[in-house]
Formats: sequence, structure tokens, C-alpha cells
Amino acid sequence: MTNISRRGLLKTGAAAGVLAATGMPVSAMPKRGGTLRLGLAGANTSDSWDSRTHSDSYMIMACHGAVFDTLTQVAASGELAGELAESWEATPDAKTWTFNLRKGVTFHNGKAFGADDVIESLNMHVAEGAKSAAKPIVSAITEMKKMGDHQVQMTLKAGNADFPFLLSDYHICMYPAGQVDEAIANGIGTGLYKVESFNPGVRTLLSRVDGHYKDGKEGWFDSVELIAINDSSARMNALMTGQVDAVNRVDFKTEPLMKANPMINIFEVTGNQHFTFPMLTALEPFNNVDVRKALKHSINRQEMVDKILLGHGAVANDIPIGPANQYFASDLPLNDYDPDKAKHHLKKAGLDGLKVDLSASDAAFPGAVDAAQLYQASAKASGIDINVVQEPADGYWSNVWLKKPWCACYWSGRATEDWMFSTAYETGVPWNDSGWENARFQELLLTARAELDSGKRRMMYHEMQALMSSEGGTVIPMYANYVDAHSTKLTNSGTIGNVFQMDSSRLIERWWFA
Amino acid sequence: MASILKIIAQRLALGVLTLFVVSVVIFTAVNLLPGDFAQAILGQGATEEAVNAIRKDLGLDQHPVSRYLSWLGGAVQGDLGNSFAQANFASFVGSDAGSGMASVAAQIGPRFENTMFLAGVTALIAVPISITLGVLAALYRNSIFDRATNILTLSSISSPEFFLAYILILFLAVLNPMLPSLSNIYDGMSFGERFEKTLLPALTLTLVVTAHMMRMTRAAIINLLASPYIEMARLKGLSPMRVIVKHALPNALAPIINVIALNLAYLITGVVVVEVVFVYPGIGQLFVDSVKIRDIPVVQACCLIFAAAYILLNLTADILSILSNPRLRHPK
Repeated sequence: MTNISRRGLLKTGAAAGVLAATGMPVSAMPKRGGTLRLGLAGANTSDSWDSRTHSDSYMIMACHGAVFDTLTQVAASGELAGELAESWEATPDAKTWTFNLRKGVTFHNGKAFGADDVIESLNMHVAEGAKSAAKPIVSAITEMKKMGDHQVQMTLKAGNADFPFLLSDYHICMYPAGQVDEAIANGIGTGLYKVESFNPGVRTLLSRVDGHYKDGKEGWFDSVELIAINDSSARMNALMTGQVDAVNRVDFKTEPLMKANPMINIFEVTGNQHFTFPMLTALEPFNNVDVRKALKHSINRQEMVDKILLGHGAVANDIPIGPANQYFASDLPLNDYDPDKAKHHLKKAGLDGLKVDLSASDAAFPGAVDAAQLYQASAKASGIDINVVQEPADGYWSNVWLKKPWCACYWSGRATEDWMFSTAYETGVPWNDSGWENARFQELLLTARAELDSGKRRMMYHEMQALMSSEGGTVIPMYANYVDAHSTKLTNSGTIGNVFQMDSSRLIERWWFA
Repeated sequence: MASILKIIAQRLALGVLTLFVVSVVIFTAVNLLPGDFAQAILGQGATEEAVNAIRKDLGLDQHPVSRYLSWLGGAVQGDLGNSFAQANFASFVGSDAGSGMASVAAQIGPRFENTMFLAGVTALIAVPISITLGVLAALYRNSIFDRATNILTLSSISSPEFFLAYILILFLAVLNPMLPSLSNIYDGMSFGERFEKTLLPALTLTLVVTAHMMRMTRAAIINLLASPYIEMARLKGLSPMRVIVKHALPNALAPIINVIALNLAYLITGVVVVEVVFVYPGIGQLFVDSVKIRDIPVVQACCLIFAAAYILLNLTADILSILSNPRLRHPK
């Protein structure tokens, strides 16, 4: 799927229509009807229809996945497709982008969708005092021009070939201009489903909009009930007893029981979600590349996947780019578990042995403390003494992550290489949790960003991943799968998105009752 | 009667004092927990700048004492403040356009009704069952029936609530699909549906509270059976059932009422685990969610409700036991 020319796709978006048309296999004919009931973890009493604040699965599914739309979307196949934007084109420097918006789209309150809505919705992220996670994306836009009712031109600070990809982010939903407050209060979007009732952290009821631009392609359920079930046993029970049709985040411990139930299907995808152990490379002893290499060879990655993820994952090679990325370098030599190599690197660093603290808490990822202890055990063979420091889960991200020299962490991954690198590995960015600074890496990052030629980008991203894998300051042992389950009453096109859990959060739009 | 009114007044005054102490303790405890609302809500994305912005919005940058005093000032006027969870997001758009749930009262109100409904259903099941069982156990004391009842109720009270809940789910929802394992009740449900959905959590709670009430009933009655007036009743030739129900039970009411009140209070305050297991949208679940994100105003309000439930039910129990005892009703 990564062989389709991204140049053509990115530059014109002409392929968007083709992709949408081929997304559906001929064998399964979807049909309308029924009420979909979802039991979802990740709900909070602080939930609202403000997409800028979303970070957990419940609201991402309800907002981005049903009630609101974004300009572009990542199709189940992994390719970029248009959602509210029909097509787009860029100048050769990838600096100026023109988006042609879909015509005849209305918000749930009847207001017509147009260029003004795009401009105001994007400006929400850079408004004074706004705490949006998509701020870095939108603040890269220096100018937005309305070229017509259904055309917007955006000029960027610097060329970015991935720009249309970034606009598929679930934070950047389209709100009605001049009615943003009302839309956030009541959930007024352009999506397939409109809000009937919304009780934060408890229950949301949605109903299908009549006459929608996605008619015939998506949106098969008449209504959708999203039930907040944060307790994992209760969630699994609800599916087992048929009170919901699908659940997210399957509990690995009860997964064999669910597998045994003929009425239930487990669906599992390997995406970009990965668990990491970042070390602050500015500090002793992690400032020594050989120490980092020794640590990379002292972890038994397969054992981590088997014991921490119970097999629901894949071995990672110290790169934050995953199988759901376009330019994932899967052919790099693996940093395998090899105490001899580790000893060799320690020797090169002029050390006989090494004693380091590793801070961990299950707040970093489920099983982080166990993972740290496994690491401790496997590193003994290389003469490295890892002291596992168990940190309190509360305040972990404020007090431990980015502060302690070496700790456990997780990343959900990003849709594009540039986005992931510029979030956590670019020189000087606030979330660079390993303090990674490498001149060549940085140079490639900037060049690749503005490069529209797919082949050249592939080579550059490959080199960057090779650099990270061999010298980077982050040990990334594994990708964690998204494991969800559904009743056999539900069915889908056969292609499940791997950007996020639950078919990239778009199960509501894409699935139907068999 | 005047003395009873005096007792009520005294106890209410003491109750208010207790509530005050509870609020201080809770406020201190929540502040001692690592992390605050801003850090909890931002999670991994907690940059210094964003944390400070939220703290400033919510007044979390002020000294805890002044924060407590301003909360107390509002609370005595009946204003429990605004929930951080919703207030925070209203401030994103610069206007008060939250989902209309910003005030603590608005957020707790419906949840409290749900919890009361669950407590009510449980009480309706548990109280008659435990008193009947207690009376029967006293009547047939040391028989097989007595022992079996004791073993069953004691083992159910000794098991953790979530375990009982899962056992009931296994037998009544998974193996024999009679009742729903998910108690997601919501507005607009008919009473029948609501009752059906509430039944499993109510049964779980019944198992938890029955032993206490049943054993107290049994003990109080047996205690009285040695009294001379009971012997008199027996000598008159009354049936054992009549002796217990007509002669012993009225005199045993005071301790039984006390235990019932204590257990009713538990039904309001102790439902946290059961609500989480059954996804019942009551005050217990709200409490857990709010502690998780350090939403202090909601946590405070929940605790005050819990404390008030204990105080009021204890007061009711005392009054009822006075009223049920002629000697206390007419003191010299």
C-alpha cells in the first residue's frame, strides 16, 4: 500500500475519489439499519465537544469519528483521502496549499459549510489562551485566504509535504463559523451522526443525519449509543452478555475466554503505538553513544512482547515510526539481545560495568514496572545493573517524564514521519524526551519536510531511522497492538485502519450490521 | 417531646461541625495527593506553560488556605462551586458555553438521584429479608436452618463486593441470561426498565448488608428470650412465633433500627465498587472519576453528601430508638 505515488496523491488529491471508491470490496454489500451500541473505555466527566482537548478514545470516536468531520482523512487502507476537502494542490515548494471544499455540505443546525468555517475552525487552535494539542500544526500557517466560498489557500512558514496529512488529525474538526461556542456546547458538526443526548463520562446517543454527502458510502447505522465503561471487566462482560456490540481495549487476560466465544470476534492491528524508555542524552552516562548501544543490546525485545503484551504486539527497533507509517524502515538490522555486543560497547565506552536507575510506573504504559524488571534481569548478563525505581502513577508525566535521566514512556505514534520526529526528536522541541540532538538527523528532517518527491523522501526517512536505531537515546522495544472486539452481528469492509483503535476511531461510520 | 426536639437540635449542630471537619480533612487529603487537576487533565501533554494556564484559570495558583476559605464561603451559602472538569473547558472558548454542567450541583444532582434509587431498591429487598431471616433464625436457633443462614450471610459479607458482583453476573447474566450485567440507566427510561437494570447491583448490595442486619435481629431477640416476661408469655401457652413477633421483637427494635440505619448509610456511601462494576451512573462512579482527575469541588461535595448521609441516618436511628422505647420517651 505504500507504493502508490504519494507525490501525485499529495499534490493534487485527485486520487482521493478513487480511493474512496475502492475502499469497499464487492463481496460485502453494506446495509442500513439498527442501533449500534459501543462499550468504550476512555470516558471522563470532563469530556466535551471541544476537539482541541480530546486525547482519549471515547470522545475521539464520538467527535472525530461520528459527529464532526475533518478536511482530510486517512482511509482504512492507510492512504489519505478527502473528507470535507474534495481536492488540494500545492506549489512546488510545498509552501502554499489550496484546498477545494466539498459543496452542498451543511452543519446539523442547517448552516452551510464553506471557507469561513475552515478559517475560523483552524484559528481556534491558535487563539489566545487556547490549549490545543494541534497548535504546532496550525501555528505553522502564516496566512489563510478565502479564495471563494469553497476554496481556501493556506501559506506555511516553511514547506511541508505532509500538510494535508496533518489536517486529518482528530483535533482539527470543522466547526460552524460564528457559532463555535454553541457547537462545542451541543455538538454541532457536519458528520454523519448528530447528537441526541450527551452525558459526559456516562452515555452519548447519536442519530443518523438524513441526506448526507457520505450517503451510500458510509454511515449505515440508524443510531449509535456510546456507553462509557472504563472498568475493563465490566466492558468485557457487556460484550459477552450481548449488551453492547463492540468494545475497545480488550483485556489481554480475558482475551482467550472471549476468543472461545463463537459470538465474538477479536480484531487486532499493529499500528504506531509504541512503548519507550527514553534517556536524557545530555546527562552522564547516557551522553556516551556506546553506553546507549550497550543498553539497546541488553533488552530482550521478543520476551517483552511475549510477557508484557502477551503476544499482542511486535518487536520494535528503537525507532518511533511504525507499520502504519508510509516510510517505515522495516529492513534495518535489529538491535538484538546480545550481552557480548553490549559488553563490547561498554568496553569501548571505557567502562567495566554500569549502574543506572530506571524510573517506571504503570502510568507510563500498562506493565511498565514489569517491563523495567525484565529489562533489569536481561541486562545483568551484560554486566549492567539496572536499579528499577517504582514511581507513583499520579503526576508521573509532570514529575518523572522529561525529568528523571531514564524512565518508561509511551507514544501513540503519528500518522507521518515528520510529525512524529518533530514532536519528540527534533532539536529543542519541548517533548524531546531523550534530548536527542544530531546534526545530520536535524538536517534531513528539515529537507525531507519540504520534499515532494516520494522516492527522495523515502531515502531520507530511511537514513533518519537508521540513525535513531543505532545511536538514538530512546530504547523502543515494542509496538503495542490495538486490540478490540465486536459481536459477530457486526461486519466491515475487511480492511481495518491502524492509525488508532476501533478501525482508526471510525468504526461508527464504516461498519454495519450483517 | 421537648427533650427529643432538643436532642435533634443538638445533634444537628454537632452534625454541621462534623461536616466542617470532614471538609477540612478531605481538602487536605486531596491536596496531599501527588499531582493536581491541571497535571491530571493534561497527562503527557503537561507542559509548564499549559499547567500554569489551567491553574490560573481555576485559581489553583492561590494558597490552599485561601482556596479553602473561598470554597467554604460559597458552601455555607449553598453554592458548592464549579466542577473543574467542566469549568476548565468552558474557559477554552472564552465564554461559559460548557455543556451546562459546570456547577457541582448540576453534575451531582442526577447522579445522587440514581444512587438513592439504587439504595431504595436495595433497602426494599434487604430490610424485609434480613428481619425475616433474623426472626426465623431466632425462632429455630441452633437448627440446621439457623446455621445455614448464618454461614451463607457471613460468607457473603466476608467476600469482597466485586467478587459477589462477578458471581452474580456469572450466574444471572452469563450462564442464565436473566438480568443485564450493565446497569447503564439514563433519563427517559421507563420505571420497569430502570428497575430491571438496577436489580443486579441491588442484589449484590443486599448480599453485602444482609448479614449485619440479620445477625443483629437474631442476637437482640435471643437476648430477650431469657427475660422473665418472655417466660411469662410462654407459660401463658403462646406459640413461639407469637412470643417472638409480638413480645420480643418490639423490645428488640432499638438495636435493630440502629443497625438498619448504619447499613442504609452504607448503601449510599459504600456503593463505589458496585457502581463501577455494573457501570451504574451514580455518585460513587462520579466520585472515582473526580478523584482521578483531582476535581476537588466535586470530591468535596461527594464527601459532604456521604458524611451527611451518615449523620442524618444515625440521628434518625437514635430518634426512632427513643420513640420505640417508652422509658426513653417518657423520662422522669
